[in-house]
Amino acid sequence: MQPFQYIRPASLAEMVMAEREARSRDAAARTAYIAGGTTLVDLMKLNVEQPDRVVDLNAIAPAFSAITLDGSTLRLGAFAKMAAVADHPAVIGGFPVIAESLSLAASAQLRNMASLGGNVLQRTRCAYYGDPAWTACNKRAPGSGCAARDGVNRQHAVLGVSDHCIASYPGDFAQALMALDATVILVGAEGTRSVPFASLHREPGDTPDAETTLRPGEVITEFVVDGGPWARRSRYLKIRDRQSYEFAVASVAVALDLVGDTVRDVRIALGGVATVPWRAYDAETMLRGRSLDEAAAADAAELAFASAVSHTHNAFKIPLGRSAIVRALLETAAMEVRRD
Amino acid sequence: MTEPLFPQPTGTMGRPYRRYEAHEKVNGTATYASDVRLAGTAHAYLLASKIGRGRIEAFDLTAALAVPGVVDILTHETVGGQIRQTPSLYTGGYAADSVRPLGSADVAYWGQPVALVVADSYEAAREAAQKIDVAYAVAEAASSFDSGGAEHSELEQHALRVGDFDGAFAAAPFKIDAHYSTPVQHHNAMELFATQCVWDGDRLTVYEPGQYLNNIKYGLAEQLGIDPERIRVVNAYVGGAFGAKGFLTQRTALVALAARRVGRPVKLVATREQGFFLSAYRAETRHHVQLAADQEGRLLAHRHEGWELTSRADLLAFGGNGMTVRLYACPNIESRVNVARVDRSTPGFMRGPAEVPYAFALETALDELAYAAGLDPVELRRINDTDVEPVGGLPYTSRSLMQCFDAAGAAFGWPDRTAEPGSMRDGDWRVGWGCAAAFYPAYAASSSARVRLHADGRVHVASGGHELGQGMYTMMAQVAAERLGVPMDRVSVSLGDTDLPPAIVAGGSSSTTSVAPAIMAACDAIRRRLGLDEGSQGDVVAAMVASGTGMVEEYAETRAHGEAPDTMRRLHRGQAAPSGGIHLEDRVQFALGAQFVEVRIHARTREIRVPRAVGAFAAGRIINPRTAHGQLVGGMIWGISSALMEHTDIDPRNAGYINANLADYLLPVNADIGTVQAIMVPEVDDLVSPAGVKGVGEIGTVGTAAAISNAVHHAIGKRLRDLPLRIEHILEDI
Repeated sequence: MQPFQYIRPASLAEMVMAEREARSRDAAARTAYIAGGTTLVDLMKLNVEQPDRVVDLNAIAPAFSAITLDGSTLRLGAFAKMAAVADHPAVIGGFPVIAESLSLAASAQLRNMASLGGNVLQRTRCAYYGDPAWTACNKRAPGSGCAARDGVNRQHAVLGVSDHCIASYPGDFAQALMALDATVILVGAEGTRSVPFASLHREPGDTPDAETTLRPGEVITEFVVDGGPWARRSRYLKIRDRQSYEFAVASVAVALDLVGDTVRDVRIALGGVATVPWRAYDAETMLRGRSLDEAAAADAAELAFASAVSHTHNAFKIPLGRSAIVRALLETAAMEVRRD
Repeated sequence: MTEPLFPQPTGTMGRPYRRYEAHEKVNGTATYASDVRLAGTAHAYLLASKIGRGRIEAFDLTAALAVPGVVDILTHETVGGQIRQTPSLYTGGYAADSVRPLGSADVAYWGQPVALVVADSYEAAREAAQKIDVAYAVAEAASSFDSGGAEHSELEQHALRVGDFDGAFAAAPFKIDAHYSTPVQHHNAMELFATQCVWDGDRLTVYEPGQYLNNIKYGLAEQLGIDPERIRVVNAYVGGAFGAKGFLTQRTALVALAARRVGRPVKLVATREQGFFLSAYRAETRHHVQLAADQEGRLLAHRHEGWELTSRADLLAFGGNGMTVRLYACPNIESRVNVARVDRSTPGFMRGPAEVPYAFALETALDELAYAAGLDPVELRRINDTDVEPVGGLPYTSRSLMQCFDAAGAAFGWPDRTAEPGSMRDGDWRVGWGCAAAFYPAYAASSSARVRLHADGRVHVASGGHELGQGMYTMMAQVAAERLGVPMDRVSVSLGDTDLPPAIVAGGSSSTTSVAPAIMAACDAIRRRLGLDEGSQGDVVAAMVASGTGMVEEYAETRAHGEAPDTMRRLHRGQAAPSGGIHLEDRVQFALGAQFVEVRIHARTREIRVPRAVGAFAAGRIINPRTAHGQLVGGMIWGISSALMEHTDIDPRNAGYINANLADYLLPVNADIGTVQAIMVPEVDDLVSPAGVKGVGEIGTVGTAAAISNAVHHAIGKRLRDLPLRIEHILEDI
C-alpha cells in the first residue's frame, strides 16, 4: 500500500466540489471512493490500486441508505449495506431474486460492511489482475496484454470476452438488477442522471480498463426497481465450488411472469460466466409466449451460450451455464407466487 | 445430543478432561508467537521473487530507503556471507530446504525471499518492499511433471518386489489397472508464519510457532555460527501447524540477523500469500496401480508405482508405497517410486504426507476391484485382512481394521446401501455411499521430561514438547495426574521452550507416544524415591508429608523401540526423528481406521456435497478422548477439503502460484461440512510404547478422499481418479 490523501466530505455538494478542485489542480490524479472498503482496501494492500486520493463517502452514506417501497417500486439507497437489503421483508417478499443474490454473496461479515453501490462496482477476481507481478494485464496496465488468455483461466468468462480481456465479473447482486431491469441514479459534477443499470458496465472490447460508463467523479446514489409479477416470481441460482463465501462458477437470475405455464415475460441474467453483468436477451425472446417446460428451457439455455468463447480451462462453464439456466427456469416456474 | 460424544473411560480409553489451556484460548489471552510484545520492536516485511527461476542482476533500493521509518534492507548483497549454509533435514541437517537465505543472486523458485525490509512500522516496511525495484535475468522454469527441464529419476530405496507380479497379474480373473493423481496443496493454518527475535548481548531469544523448537535452535546456531546454548526458542501455543511449522525455514535466520543489525527486536509476520512459499507443502503426485484378485476376491497381485515431485535443491520423496503394499495380504508385489525435480520450492510434510496421496490411489483401486469382482467393498477388505504384512512377513503389533469397518459401517448404515451405481436418489440429487480404509504408522522417538511434586500436592510437568492445538498440555497433565494419583487441577505444565528437557518433534502423530513414557518414567522415579511401588495406589502426597520433604523432582529419558544407539545424543541436538511404522526389523505398527461418506450430486448442475461422514479408528490407548476426537474430526474435515477443494494453481509459464490467498485457494466453510462422526475403537497394544499409544494426529485425513471418490462413483457411475473432484469432471455423466 502506498501513501494517499484522505478526504471525508460532509455532503454530496462538498464531495463534488472537492473533486472538481482536485481535478483542476492535477487532471491525472487518481481518485478512489470508499464506502465499505471491502474491495478497495484489499487491492490497495496488493498495490493493484494506487489512488492518490481516497474520498471516504461514509459521512454522506446515511442520506443514501434507505430501503423504501414506493407503491410497487423499490428504491435502494446505494449506501445501504448488503445485509440490510438481504434481510428486508419488502425485498424478500416482492423481489426475492435481490434478497437471494445478496444473501448468497460473500460472508456475513462482508455483507455487514459492503454497500450496494460498491458491490455492483466490485472488481474482477482475475488472479493476473490482482497481482502486479504479472505485467500483462490490459485492465490494470492498458496495452500490456492479457496473461489470463494462455494462463490458468478456469474462473474466467466465456461471454462478452475480447482478445484483450477475459476477466469475469464477480458479483451477484448485479445479476438481480439486470433481471429486474433496474435503473441506477448517479450524481456528479454535471448533476443527477438516471440510466438503465444494464448500461452501467462496459464489455472489455479493446479498452478493458474502462469498466463502467460512470463519468469522472460520479457516484451511484440509488437503485430503482419496478415491482410486478416477474419480480415476485424471481430467484437467484448460484453454482459454486463451496457452499458459502465463494464466487459463482455460474449463476442465473431469473424473473418470470407466467400465465398458466405460458411465459408472458421473462428476464434471464447470468453471472460467473461473463465479463459484465449479462442479459440473455435472445433466450428471453425465444421463451416469450412459449410454455415453459424442459425442452423450452433447454432451447433457451442453448441460445444463451450461442456466442460463448472458451479458453484452456473454462470450457465447462458453457454446459454448466446451460444446465444452470434450465434448473433456474424450472425452479422459478415452480415457485408459489401470489398473483394480483 | 442423542448419544455421548466420548466413550466411557475403561481399559485403554482415558478420561475426556477439558483442555488444559481452554480458558486462555477462549478468552484470547493465550500468547501466540506474534502476540509477544517486545519494547522497541522494528517490523520486517519480506519481498519474495516473482520469477520462477533466474538471477538478480541489480536492486534499486533508492525509493525504498527513502520511505520514512525504514531502518535496514537485507538483500544477498547487504547480507553477504552472514548466514551460513545448514544442510536440509533430508541430508542430516535442520533446514526445511537447502536454499541458503539471501545466499546469492540466484533465484530458484517463485516466491523465494529476495529481500527483507526492516522499518519502524509494518506499513512502512510493506510500502518500502513494494518500492524495491529488482532487475532479474529470467530463465525458463519447469513447473511440474510434464515441463521441459524437469529431471526424472527413480528412487531405488523405495523399490519393492515380492513373488512374481507379472505372472500373477496376467493369469488373474479380476484386474484393475488405473492411474490416479493428487494435486499441489498448501498449508493454510489460521496462524501465519511469524518470527520475533531479540538479542540480549550475545544471547538470542526467538519467538516462533514450531513443531520442533530444538530444530530451530540448533539449525539457527549453525546458520549464525554461534554456540547453540546462546539461543533460546520459546513458543507456548501454535495456531495450527500440520507439518508446515516443523522445521527451520529461511525466515528465521533473516529475522535474527536483522535484529542483530538494527540492535532492536525484529518482528516478521509473513503474509498469507508468502505462507505458500515459506514452508513445506504437499506436492502433486501420480500413481499407477494394478490389482488382481482370484474368484473369491483374494489379492493375487499388487503393483503400485508412484511419481513424486520435488525441488532442484532437495531430493526427497515420501514413498507411501512402502505402506500401501503392506496393508493387505498379497503374494505378488511390485512397487517403485520416481521423482521429478523442478523449479519449485522444496515440498515437505503435510498431514499424512506419504499416506494421503498413496491411500487415495490404493483405496480407490480397491473399490474398483470390488466392483469388478462383484464384492461389497467392505467384504473385499475383510477377505484380504491380515495380521502379517506381506513384504517381509512381519507381524502387526496389533490390527483392528475390520473392527473399524464394522463399527463405522454400522453407525453409517452401510447395510442399507444398494450396490448398483446411480441406484440411490433423493429428488434432484444423486446419492452415493463410499468407504475406504485409513492407516497411519505408529511412530515413536526418544524424549525426556521432568516432574516435580510438592508436599502440598502440586505437580509440575515439564518437557519441551509443543502445543499445536492437538492437546499436548492436557495430555502431559493427565499422564502425570494419573501416574501419580493426584487430581488434574493440581498439575501444571511447561512446554514449548528449548530450555526444557528435550522432546520429539510434534510430527508423525508421535508426540503423545513419545513424551508420555518419559513423563511416566519420571513419575515412577518419584514414587520410588518416596518408597512407593510403581503400580501401587499409594498416596504420593501422604508419602511426601511423611518423608518431610518439601519437593521431589525427577528427570527421565525414554527411548523408543528399535531406535539407534545414538538416539539420545541426537535428541539433545534437535535431531530426534520418529521411528516405527514399517521401519522396524521385527514388526510393523500401524493405527488403522475405516471411513464412510455420503455424497450428493445435483442431477443438473453437478455440485458435489458431503452431508455426512463417519470414521472409526483404532489407535491403541486414547489418553484423552476429547482431544483425540477433535483431531480425528478435524482430520476427516481436512480430508473432505483435500478431496473436493484444495488445489494450488500454478502457471506453467513461470511456475508462479496464482491462487495464493484464502479467497481463491478454497478451504471448506461451515456450510460445506455436515455431520462428521469419529468413533474410537478400543484397542490394546502394549508393544508400540510403554504408554500403549499409536497416535491420532494424521489418520483421520488418510481415507477420506478415496471414500469420497468411491461415493461419487456409487452416485453416478463415473470413476474419478484425479483430485480434487470438481463439477467439470462429471458434467456430462448423469
